[in-house]
Amino acid sequence: MTRKQRRLILIGSSLGVLAIAVALVLGSLRESIVFFNSPTDIAANKAAPGKRVRLGGLVKAGTLDRGDNLQVGFTVTDGNKDVRVNYRGIVPDLFREGQGVIAEGRVEPGGAFTAETVLAKHDENYMPREVVDTLKKQGYWQENAAPKPAAARQTAK
Amino acid sequence: MIAELGHYALVLALALALIQSWSPVLGARKGDLALMKLADFTALAQFAFVMLAFGALTYCYVTSDFSVANVYENSHSQMPLIYKFTSVWGNHEGSMLLWVSILALFGALVAWFGVNLPATLKANVLAVQSWIASAFYLFILFTSNPFRRIAEAPLEGRDLNPILQDFGLAVHPPMLYLGYVGFSIAFSFAVAALIDGRIDAAWARWVRPWTLLAWMCLTLGIAMGSYWAYYELGWGGWWFWDPVENASLMPWIAGTALLHSAVVMEKRNALKVWTILLAILTFSLSLLGTFLVRSGVLTSVHTFASDPSRGVFILAILVLFIGGGLALYAWRAPALKQGGLFAPISREGALVFNNLFLTSACATVFVGTLYPLALEALTGDKISVGAPFFNLTFGPLFIPLLIAVPFGPLLAWKRGDLFGAAQRLIWAAALAVMALAITFAIQRGGPVLAPFGVGLAVYVMIGALIDPIERIGLFRQPLAIAFARARGLPRSAWGTAVAHFAAGMLLLGVIAESQWNSERIVSLKPGESISVRGYDVTLENMMQRPGPNYRELVARFTVRRGEAMVDVLEPSKRTFPQRQMSTTEAALLTSGASQLYLSLGDVGSDGAIAIRLFHKPLVLLIWFGCVVMVFGGALSLSDRRLRVGAPKPARHKPSMQPAE
Repeated sequence: MTRKQRRLILIGSSLGVLAIAVALVLGSLRESIVFFNSPTDIAANKAAPGKRVRLGGLVKAGTLDRGDNLQVGFTVTDGNKDVRVNYRGIVPDLFREGQGVIAEGRVEPGGAFTAETVLAKHDENYMPREVVDTLKKQGYWQENAAPKPAAARQTAK
Repeated sequence: MIAELGHYALVLALALALIQSWSPVLGARKGDLALMKLADFTALAQFAFVMLAFGALTYCYVTSDFSVANVYENSHSQMPLIYKFTSVWGNHEGSMLLWVSILALFGALVAWFGVNLPATLKANVLAVQSWIASAFYLFILFTSNPFRRIAEAPLEGRDLNPILQDFGLAVHPPMLYLGYVGFSIAFSFAVAALIDGRIDAAWARWVRPWTLLAWMCLTLGIAMGSYWAYYELGWGGWWFWDPVENASLMPWIAGTALLHSAVVMEKRNALKVWTILLAILTFSLSLLGTFLVRSGVLTSVHTFASDPSRGVFILAILVLFIGGGLALYAWRAPALKQGGLFAPISREGALVFNNLFLTSACATVFVGTLYPLALEALTGDKISVGAPFFNLTFGPLFIPLLIAVPFGPLLAWKRGDLFGAAQRLIWAAALAVMALAITFAIQRGGPVLAPFGVGLAVYVMIGALIDPIERIGLFRQPLAIAFARARGLPRSAWGTAVAHFAAGMLLLGVIAESQWNSERIVSLKPGESISVRGYDVTLENMMQRPGPNYRELVARFTVRRGEAMVDVLEPSKRTFPQRQMSTTEAALLTSGASQLYLSLGDVGSDGAIAIRLFHKPLVLLIWFGCVVMVFGGALSLSDRRLRVGAPKPARHKPSMQPAE
C-alpha cells in the first residue's frame, strides 16, 4: 500500500465515523429536545398537548395542596397567566410557594399540566435563569427582590 | 491584616507571572541561559506567593473573620471545622483562587522536576504557563477578589450553601481542578513545541506523565462528584447529563484520546500533528468547562453567583487562548515533519480508531451541551437537551469503541494481524456469550438490551486480561514462572490491562444500574413497611435532632430480609435556618457492589412521610471502575520509562558528572 492509499483509508474512515456521529446527533436532537415555556406561552397554546415541554415560573402563594398518595398540585404563574400543575412524587428540598420552579411534563387537553419532574433552584437567592427571563418579560421581576441583609448590599456596590 | 497580606501576595504573584511571560521566551530566542533560568525561579516564587494568598484566605475562614466579604457570605461560626477549610473553595472567588494555586503548583513542578528538559523547551513551556496564569490572576484581582472587606463587620456569617456542607467538597473540586489545570501542561508543551518548530518522540515522553497525572485526577474528581450527587441530592441518580457535568466529561474524553495518541507518538514517532492538536483541544475544553461553570450562563448547583462582567472576562480568556492556540497551530503545524508509516490494521491503526471514536463522542457531547446556548442566543427559543439525546448518541459511538478495546494491545506495531488477534480473543468472546446467556436466563423477560450489555462488559474485562495472561504464560507455565514473569512485565503493560478491565467494570455497573434499578416512591406512617427485591423496610419512628448549624428530622427504618434483621437506616432531612434551606441525607445499605438507597420527602398532613426507596444492583461498580482505572493509570505512571524526570536516554556508564 502506498502512503497515499493509507492516508485515503484514514481520511475515509474518519469521515465515515464523523458522518455516523452527525447522523446520530441530528436524529436524536429532533426526538429529545424539550422547549421551555412560560404560563403565558401555555395559555396561548404554544405547546401542543401531549408534547414534552418545560414550564417555568413562580409557585403562586396559597395554591399548593398535597393530596393522598403523594399527589401534589400547585399553580405556576408568571404574573400574567396561571397554569395548574399536577405531580405525583416527591418535590425537591427547595420547592416552596412564592419561589421559582421548573416543571417538565406534558400539557393535558384541558389545559392543565402534568409534570413528570419538578426542579427547583439551588440556593435561596438564585432563580433559574429561564424563570427570571420569563418574569422580566411580564414586568413581574424586581432587581434585588431577594431580601438581603444590609451589610451585603453595602458591599455589592 | 492577614487578608490584605493575601491580596498583596496575589499581586506579587501576578508581577512574577508577567516577568515569566516574556523573559524565558526572549532567553530561548537569544540563547541566553540566564534569562531562561530566571523562569525556574519565578515559577517557584509564584507558587510560594499564591500559596501565601491561599493560606491567608484559609486563615480568614478558620478564624471566622466576617469582615472579609467572602467569608461572611459563605461561612458560619458554628460550622464544623472541616467545612471551614473546604468552604474556602466552596464559592466563586475561592474556587478561582484554588484554580490559580493548582496552576502555579504545576508550573513549579515543571520548574523543579524538568531538570532533563531541553533548556529552550522548558523555558517556552514555563512562559506559556505564565501567560495562562497572568490571565487568571488578572481575572481574580479585577472581578473576583476574595479578600474584599466589609466596612462594618457583621457578627455572624450567612453560612455555606448546605448542599456543599459535605465531605465531597473536600475532594471533588481540588481533584477536578488538578485534572482541568493539569492539562494546561500538555497545552503549554504543545504551544512551546509549535513556537520551537521542533517536535520528536522525546516530546511525547515528557508530555505523557503530566497528561496521565491530570487524567487520573480528573477521573477521580468526576467519579467523586458523581457519587456526591448520588447520595446528596436524594434522587438516586449518578449522572444527569447536566451541562456542568458534561463540561467536565469533555476534557476527560479528549484527555483519554490524548493519552492514547501520545503513545503512538512516543513509540512510533507518528501522529505528531494530531497529538499537538489534541493537546490544545483538551485544555481548550478545560477552559470551556471553567467558562460554562464560572460565568453563570448555566443554572446549576455549581454556579455560586452570576455576574456578567465575569462571564465576559472569562470568555475573553477563552477566546484568547483557544483562538491563539489554534491560530499558532494552523500557522506552524504544517512545518512539523511527518513520522513513521503504518498499515491501517496495526497498533497505531487501533489507536487512531480509538481517537476517532473518542473525539466523535466528545463532539456529540459538545453539541448537546452548547446547542441550547447557541439556539437561545440566535433565536431566543429556550430548550433543554436531556439524557435521551446523550444516550442515543454517546451510547452507539461507544459500542464499537468498547468492542475494539481488547484488540488494541494484541495488535503489533506497524502491521498487525486482525485474524490472529480475534483468535486470541476467543476465550473472552466465549465467556461473554456465556454471561449473555446466563443473564438472559436469570432476568426472564427483563430489558432486552441488558444481557447484551453484560456480555459486552464481560468481553471487555476478560479481553483486557488476555494480553498479560499470554505474556506471562499463565495456565501454560508453572505458577512460579508465571509469577516471576508477571513481575518482569513492564508496569505500563499492567497499567493498560488494569485500566481497560476497569472500563468493563464501569460498563457493567452502568448497565446493571440503568436496566435493573427498582424504585418505590410511597408515603409511610410509623409501623408501616414496604419491600423491594426481598428487603422489607419498616418505618419505626421519626424524631427531631439538633445539629451544629442545622436541625434535622430523622426517620428510623429497620431493614429485614425474610426473618433476619439486616440493619437500621436513618435517612434525614436537615434544615439550615441561616439560609432557610433544607437538604436530604440519604441512607445507604451496601451489600457487595449493590446498594439499598433510602431518602426522605415531605411529611404530609396525616403524619405520613414520603420516601424514595431504590435497590440499585452493582451500582458501586461505576465508582469502583473509576478508582481501578485510576489505579491502572498509576501503574503506568510508575513505569520506569515514564517517571517524571526520568526520560533521559539510558546511559550505560555511571554518570561521573557533578549533579546539575
